[in-house]
Amino acid sequence: MADLVNVDYNTSIPNNVNLSDDRRVLKALEKWHPGYLNWWSNMGPEGFQESLVYLRTAVSVDPKGWAKFGYVKMPEYRWGILLAPEEEGRTIPCGEHAGNPAWQEVPGEYRSMLRRLIVIQGDTEPASVEQQRHLGKTAPSLYDMRNLFQVNVEEGRHLWAMVYLLQKYFGADGREEADMLLQRQSGSEDHPRMLGAFNEATPDWLSFFMFTYFTDRDGKMQLEALAQSGFDPLSRTCRFMLTEEAHHMFVGETGVGRTIQRTCEAMKEAGITDPYDINAVRALGVIDLPTIQKKANMHYSLSLDLFGSEISTNAANAFNSGIKGRYREAKIEDDHKLERDTYPVLRLIDGKVVISDEPALSAINMRLRDDYVKDATGGVNRWNNILKKAGVEFEITLPHVAFHRHQGEFSAIQADPEGNLLSSEEWEKRKDEWIPSKEDGDFIDSLMKPQWETGKYANWISPPRVGIDNKPGDFEYVKVSGVASDA
Amino acid sequence: MNALVKQHLIDPEICIRCYTCEEHCPIDAITHDENNVVVDVSICNFCMDCISPCPTGSIDNWRVVAEPYTLEQQFDMLELPEQEEGLEQASDGGGSLEALEDEIEALLAKAHEGTGGKPVAPASASKPSINLFNRAKPAKAIVQGNFRLTDADAENDVRHIILSLGEQVFPVLEGQSIGVVVPGEDADGRPHEPRLYSVASPRDGEKPNTNNIALTVKREDKGVASNYLCDLDRGAEIDITGPFGATFLLPNDPQANLIMICTGTGSAPFRGFTERRRRTMPNLQNKLLLYFGARRPEELPYFGPLKKVPESLMHTEFCYSRVEGKRKEYVQDRMRMRSDVLLALLQQDETHIYICGLKGMETGVDEALADICRNGGLDWAVLKPEMRTSGRYHVETY
Repeated sequence: MADLVNVDYNTSIPNNVNLSDDRRVLKALEKWHPGYLNWWSNMGPEGFQESLVYLRTAVSVDPKGWAKFGYVKMPEYRWGILLAPEEEGRTIPCGEHAGNPAWQEVPGEYRSMLRRLIVIQGDTEPASVEQQRHLGKTAPSLYDMRNLFQVNVEEGRHLWAMVYLLQKYFGADGREEADMLLQRQSGSEDHPRMLGAFNEATPDWLSFFMFTYFTDRDGKMQLEALAQSGFDPLSRTCRFMLTEEAHHMFVGETGVGRTIQRTCEAMKEAGITDPYDINAVRALGVIDLPTIQKKANMHYSLSLDLFGSEISTNAANAFNSGIKGRYREAKIEDDHKLERDTYPVLRLIDGKVVISDEPALSAINMRLRDDYVKDATGGVNRWNNILKKAGVEFEITLPHVAFHRHQGEFSAIQADPEGNLLSSEEWEKRKDEWIPSKEDGDFIDSLMKPQWETGKYANWISPPRVGIDNKPGDFEYVKVSGVASDA
Repeated sequence: MNALVKQHLIDPEICIRCYTCEEHCPIDAITHDENNVVVDVSICNFCMDCISPCPTGSIDNWRVVAEPYTLEQQFDMLELPEQEEGLEQASDGGGSLEALEDEIEALLAKAHEGTGGKPVAPASASKPSINLFNRAKPAKAIVQGNFRLTDADAENDVRHIILSLGEQVFPVLEGQSIGVVVPGEDADGRPHEPRLYSVASPRDGEKPNTNNIALTVKREDKGVASNYLCDLDRGAEIDITGPFGATFLLPNDPQANLIMICTGTGSAPFRGFTERRRRTMPNLQNKLLLYFGARRPEELPYFGPLKKVPESLMHTEFCYSRVEGKRKEYVQDRMRMRSDVLLALLQQDETHIYICGLKGMETGVDEALADICRNGGLDWAVLKPEMRTSGRYHVETY
């Protein structure tokens, strides 16, 4: 545990918000910090708190001060408060106030809406750390373990970022919310995290990769939308968070890719050409492609739920008030007000899946989700390139948006991955074809054996093409015992 | 043929299309379509702002091309194209350029001339970063220390200068160089020519995890840069550029034998090599061999500290050419005396040779190696290019 008494706040919180001159906020953060460290040690990664991890720390937002690599014990990580530089003359990009100067203080009429958005975003950050806390001990390599911990400490930093906004701009309410962010716990009966997908434990490493690919990508889209906020401090915070979020996408995309790669290699070595010969593939100690597809179906559909209802008044209000924009708002060429526009929304009308033109303002969530689907498709194409290169006849596909949904238009019905509606009985009978069964989970679980030897990888996953920070293949990314040994 | 161009490419197989680089590019040289994120060669000015924010390691790729890849060609790339043979101008290590600025590259090409062909980085060397800072956008370094290494009564004033980089990220590998920007102008009103200095410290700093760099600087009569550096007080701020160099690097392979041959300040990279080995592989024995020539012991940089390096880690042979009452001895003379040791090493695939110092030493050392080979039934004319192309023969002289 870090030395709580003698924490030097001037150096332990790298920041570009002039914290040392802001006595009130500094004091509030000082009060919050021990609780945070306490949360980290109780709910953060299980074990490894004394290990030296080769982590990237952001010490400034300048591109060159951005990624400082070095060995750190996680509780001593320098969680900083970093906002993208202020853009001179920035204006509110959307909604009824579009074109007015961006707010540097919270606009009174939108105070509660803004606070709620910040709290929801803030709640997901520690939640994912909690969901992933058991994974360290089954890491397939020190490289992957390091990536897990990098994701974890940065989610921790994102919590700091949201807490800073709450402490700085929302007074006593904000302080209370900041404390509550440490009280709620993923999966807790009494105080669960706010969003459903963040209350499920991440049971294995393939789930972790799928989660960082699909679910963190929802986080990315939400941050993109908040980065367009007319409330400038929120925009600047999110813009910098996105830089870090990219690493999480990287861990997911390459993690799944390396899993597929290894399966292809093992199949080739064993002369197996039929990817559906599941038992034969599993006997090689690698994850069969149909099961990887099922995992993708599951995480993709759960992540779609995070976008909320396709038609949403809350989303319309957030956009119209200029609090939350669309993905890459500044690059969209329209009036940024959407008062008379429509947007095509996939809806369930009279028991059929149809496209219906809806007021664009109400369809803000839908639009963001469409952008998400497009973004998520890019990586899936890369996975398919791996399959193609290996000469394995199999294609990973994303299921229809009506498949396996718990939120929005399609939550009341069941559909297969092609979007054909199914009766509940049919769904119950066939769902194991499309989402991982208990048996699939048990099999994956059986492969989750730690491989902590420097430069070695568990049998089910390929080594990465390049190391983190250009490190060579045998680099010791985590000194598990916390003691420097021979490299 | 058109003039050759250095082109920045992004590895499409590693890139995850997060557009972080695109967001960071201050002059909008980066763009994307549905497949790839690409760099517009007509806009990119090598400011390197995109390098460190990239979460994937896909961004740092360079090719020398006669005909630059168009945006459309880059959009269609499924993998990174190979460096076309024969186009790498002066120097190249398997597609990694030594520097992006022509004048710096010319300096390094000249320094590496004695390699006898295209220098190649050791197979197991870490991937170097190059040219992250240039004259237009230098890094700011603070002088942490400036110590005289040679005796007070020695003719030469050789100094050990430690430069702190504060919070700036300046990733440097042992064997790389940095440029020093001397303020002011020359007699013709132009900025002073860039001057390169080998880094004398290991990659993680003078002490582990200190973000600083050490240089070994000899005060040259009328030398603009050397006098500027040698006169710096502690606390002074200077502009530096780099890092430069992508081939004169330390192999990470613990089995690698290193024969290091130097004179004077040519010892700088070897100080980095040795310290790196000592820090990361302290238990390895009998892998490092140093031939170090100077006029007199008093003028040999790092004489004191070198004496303290345990024999098991590194065997050192000092050779002096101006000690009163003793016969002149140059490094090549001592090498001939130890021909049995060297011959045994030359026969091993794990052996790497590094020569660093004044240009004048090149011929003598080369002849000595040829003689040793001849007497042992080897052919240096065959072995040398073999070692060079496998990244095991390195010369940096000035």
